[in-house]
Amino acid sequence: MDTLSHLADGFAIAITWQNLALALLGAALGTVMGALPGLGPSNGVAILIPLAFTLGLGATPALILLTSVYYGAMYGGRISSILLNIPGDEPAVMTCLDGYPMAKAGRAGEALSLSGIASFVGSFLATWGLILLAPQLVKIALLFGPDEYFALFALAFATLGGVSATNQAKSAFAAALGLGLAMVGVDTQTGVPRFTFGEVHLYDGIDFLVAIVGLFALSEVFVFLEHRHGGSDAAHKSMVIGRLTPSAKTLMKTAPTMLRSSVLGFIAGVLPGAGASLGAFLSYSMEKKLVDREGTFGKGDPRGVAAPEAGNNAAAGGALVPMLALGVPGSGTTAVLLAVLLSLNITPGPLLFTKNPDVVWGLIAALFIANVMLLALNIPMVGLFSRLLLIPPRILMPAVAMVSFVGIYGISGSPFDLYLMVGFGVMGWALRKLDVPLVPVILGTLLGNQMENNLRRAVTISNGDWGVLLSSPLDWILWGIAIVGFILPMVVGKVMRSRMQAARHGEAGEEMDEAD
Amino acid sequence: MSDRIFGIFGVLLAIGFALSALSIEESFLSDAVGPKAFPLIIAAVLGLSSAAIALKPDADPVWPGLKRLAELAAASVVLILYATLLPVLGFVVATALASAYLAWRLGSRPLESAIVGVGIALGIYAIFHLALGLSLARGPLGF
Repeated sequence: MDTLSHLADGFAIAITWQNLALALLGAALGTVMGALPGLGPSNGVAILIPLAFTLGLGATPALILLTSVYYGAMYGGRISSILLNIPGDEPAVMTCLDGYPMAKAGRAGEALSLSGIASFVGSFLATWGLILLAPQLVKIALLFGPDEYFALFALAFATLGGVSATNQAKSAFAAALGLGLAMVGVDTQTGVPRFTFGEVHLYDGIDFLVAIVGLFALSEVFVFLEHRHGGSDAAHKSMVIGRLTPSAKTLMKTAPTMLRSSVLGFIAGVLPGAGASLGAFLSYSMEKKLVDREGTFGKGDPRGVAAPEAGNNAAAGGALVPMLALGVPGSGTTAVLLAVLLSLNITPGPLLFTKNPDVVWGLIAALFIANVMLLALNIPMVGLFSRLLLIPPRILMPAVAMVSFVGIYGISGSPFDLYLMVGFGVMGWALRKLDVPLVPVILGTLLGNQMENNLRRAVTISNGDWGVLLSSPLDWILWGIAIVGFILPMVVGKVMRSRMQAARHGEAGEEMDEAD
Repeated sequence: MSDRIFGIFGVLLAIGFALSALSIEESFLSDAVGPKAFPLIIAAVLGLSSAAIALKPDADPVWPGLKRLAELAAASVVLILYATLLPVLGFVVATALASAYLAWRLGSRPLESAIVGVGIALGIYAIFHLALGLSLARGPLGF
């Protein structure tokens, strides 16, 4: 009951005309960004953080705007999966498997609206999961001392790559790089400048927004420049949308799939190192095993669209649990949301629930509102959104670059941060080329100072005894999970990856056979 | 091969980071750990992971040819110039030039690039400055 009254308070905060308008704006902008080529949820939110910040929105309105953008981009990403067989982001890969065959069979509209409904169900259930689970996790988190927090940060970095990580050495490199960047600036505890090389602009440290926008958005521009990929992928394809609503029969048939996938996806989202793409993959495989008796999966089965969409949206909601309750994001997309909170001067973690319940419950209410708006927006207007695929990158990418500059310039007004951003853009391009994941770099710059502070606090409290880092059973458990989570992908990662690949290519191969 | 070079570069970076950490001047007011310890831990992780990358490299990525690399270098220079000239020329002029360049290099025809550039500059100016009241760089012309 307590929870429900909190939730009611949250809705009271979230439902004002301004906030509803922001949610609508965010949902529409997010869908556009998800649908446009080369912009995913992380990029979209990254570009908009500095803008929301410079526009002087309060914490709750800004959070509502940006979470709506985030959810919207998750919705928008599936449009190109279904219509063009080009996944907008990694979690949308599995949606291609049955979505594209459905589109080829002239049922694109049905696939789009069905995936919209599945996304809605997934996020709706996951938000309830968040409401129930997060306060429990907070109770555990309140037992954490600085040494446990230090271990928890290490765990987050160790498992960030996930079970399907390609090269753990590169993940570790990326995390260390990010942490190293966070060290730049005046040391908060002793006041000595570190790694500033006498540059006054660096005394405040590197603004993580500069790093995020440079690494994500600007490096995307460089990737497009490298391939001189200026034409639209959709230009030569005929896009027949067809009827926009799935029949009641299809809905009935897919309902159990959506429910099962939501639960599985949510669990995958909460656990460290799993995340949305694994949620989608697991949901799809489970449904295929459970209900694919006629062998229709991969040939345009509506359940094959519903499963991964419900799964990845539920996982996105599940990933919010550790982010809000512990302050430690488990995935790239939640890392960007953490950046949102930090730039609003809100530190997530157990204290957030007791000190700023208005922010937590306002955010949760915003998630519900954004979700409903997206469903209402997406079903009738999906035809319009799919037109966006026709915008060629040669017009879009310059706009992306310029909006990034506007956002960063708005924060500091100094060219120095802009130079830094260009540097991050080039670095992001090179790291992408070398297959080094960018998310640990971001997370490192976000969490570096907190991680160091916890280490120093723990050792200082114990009078300089470093043994304190392994002094409690909880420490041992956390470090144990961290080590297993880091080593496991080296053992099973190859198998997982080849399976995900095989699923994708297997279907593609079958399509070829049919075409012959 | 790329990974070997990258790994060696990473090891050098780690050494540089460690040296730079060691040269941090300790303040007389310090906690038990001090400002050097954590950066040194980071340097160790950076060095070890770089060494692992160099010893066990992945397959080479497909690097773009010299021409494409020059393209990227040119784009970076243009963006740096843009950042520098922003306060000199003002937002609209600088942005129109920079975005027209990018549009051109991404394959637009010259006329289209010019239109795109001016369109993006005016569009951002209208939405972010006139409608939302964000302060953008002011040039000698006042916009």
